[in-house]
Amino acid sequence: MAEFLSYFRQDRLPHIWCPGCGNGTVTGALIRAIDKLGLDKNNIVMVSGIGCSSRAVGYLDFDTLHTTHGRAIAFATGVKLARPRLKVIVITGDGDSAAIGGNHFIHAARRNIDITTIIINNNTYGMTSGQASPMTPHGMLGTTAPYGNVEYNFDLCELAKAAGATYVARATTYHYVLLEDLIGKALMHKGFAVVEVLSQCPTYFGRKNKIGGAVDSLNWIKNQTINIKAAAVLPPEKREGKILIGELHRGEKAEFTQQYLELIARVQRTNPTYARNKGVPGCELNSD
Amino acid sequence: MSEKAKLMQGNEACTMAAIAAGLEFYAGYPITPSTEIAEMCSEELPKVGGKFIQMEDEIGSISACIGASLTGAKAMTATSGPGFSLMQESIGYASLCEIPVVIIDVQRMGPSTGMPTSPAQGDLMQARWGTHGDHPIIALAPGNVKECYELTFRAFELSEKYRVPVVVLTDEVIGHMREKVVLPDPANYRMPLRAMPQSPAGYKPYAADPNGGVPLMAPFGTGYRWHCTGLFHDENGAPSSKPAVASTLLRRLNLKIENRVDELADYVAEGLEDCDLAVVSFGSSAMAALSAVRRSCGEGYKVGMLRLKTIWPFPSALIRRLLAPAKKILVPEMNLGQLAIEIERAAGCERPVIRLGKVNGDLFHPDEVFAAIKEAL
Repeated sequence: MAEFLSYFRQDRLPHIWCPGCGNGTVTGALIRAIDKLGLDKNNIVMVSGIGCSSRAVGYLDFDTLHTTHGRAIAFATGVKLARPRLKVIVITGDGDSAAIGGNHFIHAARRNIDITTIIINNNTYGMTSGQASPMTPHGMLGTTAPYGNVEYNFDLCELAKAAGATYVARATTYHYVLLEDLIGKALMHKGFAVVEVLSQCPTYFGRKNKIGGAVDSLNWIKNQTINIKAAAVLPPEKREGKILIGELHRGEKAEFTQQYLELIARVQRTNPTYARNKGVPGCELNSD
Repeated sequence: MSEKAKLMQGNEACTMAAIAAGLEFYAGYPITPSTEIAEMCSEELPKVGGKFIQMEDEIGSISACIGASLTGAKAMTATSGPGFSLMQESIGYASLCEIPVVIIDVQRMGPSTGMPTSPAQGDLMQARWGTHGDHPIIALAPGNVKECYELTFRAFELSEKYRVPVVVLTDEVIGHMREKVVLPDPANYRMPLRAMPQSPAGYKPYAADPNGGVPLMAPFGTGYRWHCTGLFHDENGAPSSKPAVASTLLRRLNLKIENRVDELADYVAEGLEDCDLAVVSFGSSAMAALSAVRRSCGEGYKVGMLRLKTIWPFPSALIRRLLAPAKKILVPEMNLGQLAIEIERAAGCERPVIRLGKVNGDLFHPDEVFAAIKEAL
């Protein structure tokens, strides 16, 4: 326990999350995965957007960047491309990544930039007290969907895969061991890695939808999911309507910043004498 | 190596100055009339080991620049009105979090898509108040291609020194116009440097003199492990909603620039000491204005000229002093009076300020300004 506390800015605790929230579970899994891998604290930059889940980075003892709503991945892209040696981790929520930040999410996947993105999906906007999100299931309630959500939610993992992410996994706050394992694998992956974590918001989503408290919410999540390995041997009717968890996709594609470094090396080989204040384009007016 | 004359356009001059100033990271999105800057950065930056990325939109572009700047890299983006509007939220983030970043805004006719290939100067107020809340900002306005070079270089110096976003406010004419430019001798360059802390021990990322001090900025990834947030924060970087913390922070941020208004002021004045009419302008409008002023003087009128190179912070006291002799003031600009409002505020109580706004997508002809001068007199 004590060794994990050293990953926290203890003067910033206690956290702002409600009792029974899943954000702490995910934060704990991330810290344990980092610890298990022995990653250097000074070489990690954690980036988040806006929302309950995005507050996680403020409690953690790394270089941490709490950005504007939806833009965590865009900020992270700047950090990673400027300093490819850094391990860049994004913590985001379903509203932050799938609504306002959806564009940056798919483009980071397309580039296959080496960023580990952990999406804590609690099916709602918790920070603003329970509005419907792009991950609110069809028919369920939110404060902006008082008659039931007429929209459909994304399959974020399929979206990430289709957009070009090279590591895609889904876990839940119920399946803690799996969660920690998948975050560890995502951290080790060289490329855009996505771990969607189905998480509970008993305060707003659970109460609004009469799911119950935190434990009921965890069971509600558990009962909808099935491990991809177990699903492989089940008949189709038993997999019907279930959400797959586990490692869902691994792709082979060169990583973006690595390719850019190779591009620089190639360009510099062909322009060996170029210097910042010497190589000036434009038409020469005198030749002296 | 000696100074060299080159033929180049304003957008090229901005890019070359940025690279000379140590630009290491450019993120942008194509938009007329700024696109040459992105194109040139994509070609030139890898040659000096820098990075270029074409982002999915302007919001992503400014965000990526801020992320890169946090690691210690000098970062820049370029855009025009619609893209500048999209960047505003993150410009506010950079103001509050004190992240150096340079934004070239090559102005075009707006609002909205407007006239993409026509010049305008309608972003003057957007550059100042585009993002919400009271915030510090610096905006510089080159009046020719050479100044695109000089002021972009200066934008990096100021941005790094004061940890503030700096806008270089050019326009379609300045950006695309080609002029002969004599570049400064590289031997005279002093590349702008960011002040850094000495050691992570006891580092407080936002500790600074409350009367406009600038805190020391540790690059991410060098062992300082600090928290950067767009929430109001205390000197440790911890989010805070305590009234005293919020007020101290916001006042310091604004004093950082307001206290230095004289040092930041930059202008060109001609014949203001003894004039019946002062013409005040900036950017490409000032080229036509100066031509008209000189013609007026040649014809015996007593007309002076003031061209502002620093727009924000607005040097009100200086302008009041410079314009004191004038009986009337004429403000030609390619908008409906955004600079004129500020001139009225600074120097308008004792004399009329005549607005000469042009918003048809055409640049000023010297004859138009000359006619307005004659009418005013």
